[in-house]
Amino acid sequence: MISLTFYILLHWLIVLAGAPLFLGVIPRVKAVISGRRGPSVFQPYYDLARLFQKKTVYSRTTTWLFRAAPIVALASVLMVSLVVPFCVFKAPIQFTGDILLVAYLLALARFFMIIAALDTGYSMEGMGASREAFFSCLSELTLFMNFITLALLAHNISLSRMIGADIPVSWQMAGPALLMAAGSLFVVLLAENCRLPVDDPDTHLELTMIHEVMILEHGGVDLAYMHYAAGIKMFIFAAILVPILLPWQTGNVLQNWAIFCGGMMGLALLVGVVESTMARFRLNRVKHFLLISFALAFFGFIVALWRI
Amino acid sequence: MRIFNGGHIDFINVPVLPEEEFRRTVMDLCQNDGRLVNFFGLLEGEGNVRLMAIIGFDEDAIFEIFSMIVTAVHPEFPSLTPELLQAHNFEREIAEQFAIVPCGHPWLKPLRYHANYRGVADLWQDIGSRPIPGTYPFFSVAGEEVHEVGVGPVHAGIIEPGHFRFVCHGEEILHLEIQLGYQHRGIEPMMTKNNLDQCSLLSEAIAGDTSIGHSMAYCEVMEALSGTAIPPRSQAIRGVALELERLANHVGDLGALSLDAGFLPASAYCGRMRGDYLNLLLALTGNRFGKGLCRPGGVLFDMDEDMIKDFCRKLTIYKKEFESVSDLLFTRPSVLARFEGLGVITSDEAKKYGLVGPAGRASQLERDVRIDYATGLWQFNHIPISLGATGDVFARAWVRRQEVMRSLEFLLKILPTLPHGNIFTPLAPLKADGLAIVLVEGWRGEIMHVGITDHQGQLRRYKIKDPSFHNWFGLAQCMRNQEISDFPLCNKSFNLSYCGHDL
Repeated sequence: MISLTFYILLHWLIVLAGAPLFLGVIPRVKAVISGRRGPSVFQPYYDLARLFQKKTVYSRTTTWLFRAAPIVALASVLMVSLVVPFCVFKAPIQFTGDILLVAYLLALARFFMIIAALDTGYSMEGMGASREAFFSCLSELTLFMNFITLALLAHNISLSRMIGADIPVSWQMAGPALLMAAGSLFVVLLAENCRLPVDDPDTHLELTMIHEVMILEHGGVDLAYMHYAAGIKMFIFAAILVPILLPWQTGNVLQNWAIFCGGMMGLALLVGVVESTMARFRLNRVKHFLLISFALAFFGFIVALWRI
Repeated sequence: MRIFNGGHIDFINVPVLPEEEFRRTVMDLCQNDGRLVNFFGLLEGEGNVRLMAIIGFDEDAIFEIFSMIVTAVHPEFPSLTPELLQAHNFEREIAEQFAIVPCGHPWLKPLRYHANYRGVADLWQDIGSRPIPGTYPFFSVAGEEVHEVGVGPVHAGIIEPGHFRFVCHGEEILHLEIQLGYQHRGIEPMMTKNNLDQCSLLSEAIAGDTSIGHSMAYCEVMEALSGTAIPPRSQAIRGVALELERLANHVGDLGALSLDAGFLPASAYCGRMRGDYLNLLLALTGNRFGKGLCRPGGVLFDMDEDMIKDFCRKLTIYKKEFESVSDLLFTRPSVLARFEGLGVITSDEAKKYGLVGPAGRASQLERDVRIDYATGLWQFNHIPISLGATGDVFARAWVRRQEVMRSLEFLLKILPTLPHGNIFTPLAPLKADGLAIVLVEGWRGEIMHVGITDHQGQLRRYKIKDPSFHNWFGLAQCMRNQEISDFPLCNKSFNLSYCGHDL
């Protein structure tokens, strides 16, 4: 029991320490590509520290829902993180079907963010909420399709096994399926975490925002929770994607850890490069982008079925 | 009465037509080649108001000017707007400034929310003291699924205040109404009450990003009213500064457009290049926005040989840099997918709304003061017009790109051959009872200043028109049936001035 508590705390430590760094690398990459120096990669830590020192202001139109959302969001993603293995740090909680817990805890976080956005009564937050609900419907579909493919290949529906030791075998057996799954998971990562070309995290234009407009009314500690939750969510998606792309297991724990960390940094780099080389989609084209990623996932599933 | 750009006529020669004939003349002229370039009121004795219409003929480089009287006893006139949409804002302005009713105006609301100049009861009660322009009714659409989105007057970015009221069905905009007036400072009356030096400063503050355009127009009005011929070298330096202002703003706009499309590299490069042009203005005038350069009688800063050489060297480099960055921007499929087909204004619509400047040229309207009504530098050096074909965001961006290239070529051509001589001639006293009109092609489009003097040779009316005054309506119209999330990009493609409109 004590060791489980220890592992849980260790897991949270990795997530809480690693997520802001992951978020900090992306703007730096974008800045360097566009010829600027850019903020330090540690900037998200400073931002969070600043927000945690601030008091929170609440609008009089909001109710307890608005206050609950940041807590629920952060708590949900922290719970999800316990199911996700970080290379040498095994997932503290594993059970058959934990993949459903992942999907629905993420949905719970999103549900509360949407309801909190509606709670403010601000027309723009409502628009952001409706966009979030619509796009997440599509991306969730893709996510599940990919989970099915992975489960099929691993003969298991526990996340730790699905992205665990069997991946190298699966690459040999059904490489194209995994490639397609990885590709569409990358799209899901971009869409779920509001990166370009789906959403623009740097814009100040409320009318075009999706995620950012939903947290416009949050401030201080609440905003820090929201940002932290968003960062951890992205970290989790990356941690699911990296073992699929870099399945090498050496005997050495340190080498394995280095491969994982390198993979995470590489993924942040890739997101930065994608964001620097692409303009954002027109909002009514986003659904096509997400449906294409679903099609990719679906073909991956068919290939997996055929090869198995 | 006919008048040229930068021309001066005796005010007494401006014909006064009866109401019916006035209306018929405006309609006839505008149905042919003419367009309403200005329509404004002027206080006469006994509370009467004289309405002056100026029709421009781009082909012939000439303006037709005539007027009618609206009496204090009967303060109304039949509105032109139902048949001539270009008059829309002009009539709202007249109604507000002089408390005269344009009968039959379809959407009679104040523009800037101030008390009238005539000192009688306003058409809208307490208009000058009521705090928020938003208290006036907005055009509304009924329906269960229709919702309204209000943006501003305080915005998320650091921009000027203005209220945008969207009537939407889901993500689709059914109607957009733009409510400005928050920046009203009363510049027009101030121009007649202050001395020459103060007015020069005021004219630079009409729209901070068009300091040179507006101060140049003001100076030319004063020179025309006094009959002062300024040295060719000062005209040339004004022209150089105006083109630099255009370059800085167009490049900045392209950067802002790519930022809003989420394409960061071009935005970062354009931001830096905008600074390069502002630094050239700094070297020329000591101010990054060119304040303090134009004064009635000439310019205050000369260019020596070294500076000209330096400018030419730098502009050659900047041209190469701009070419490569604009290629990066305009060859990126994701950027083009964002720009194309967005916020389309057809050529006919643009003509109907009376659009000017790059926004009009993007819709194939061949309107460029530098070509149509060339004065000063442009009389002797031709600059080709830049037209767009599609009237969408892409066309408005592309026109800017073309104009940047052409301005650079133009500057590189004329800089080594600037005329020699003085840069300043003292201004003669203003002639009594005169009228002068000046148009300048600022980077947003045609800036128009009209000055009218009284019996003592003092300014009695000064009329300012920023291109934004025409184009805001075009922006509102082009958003119909577009996605609300596309508004920022359309807005940036026009990039209109709030304070230039609010005066």
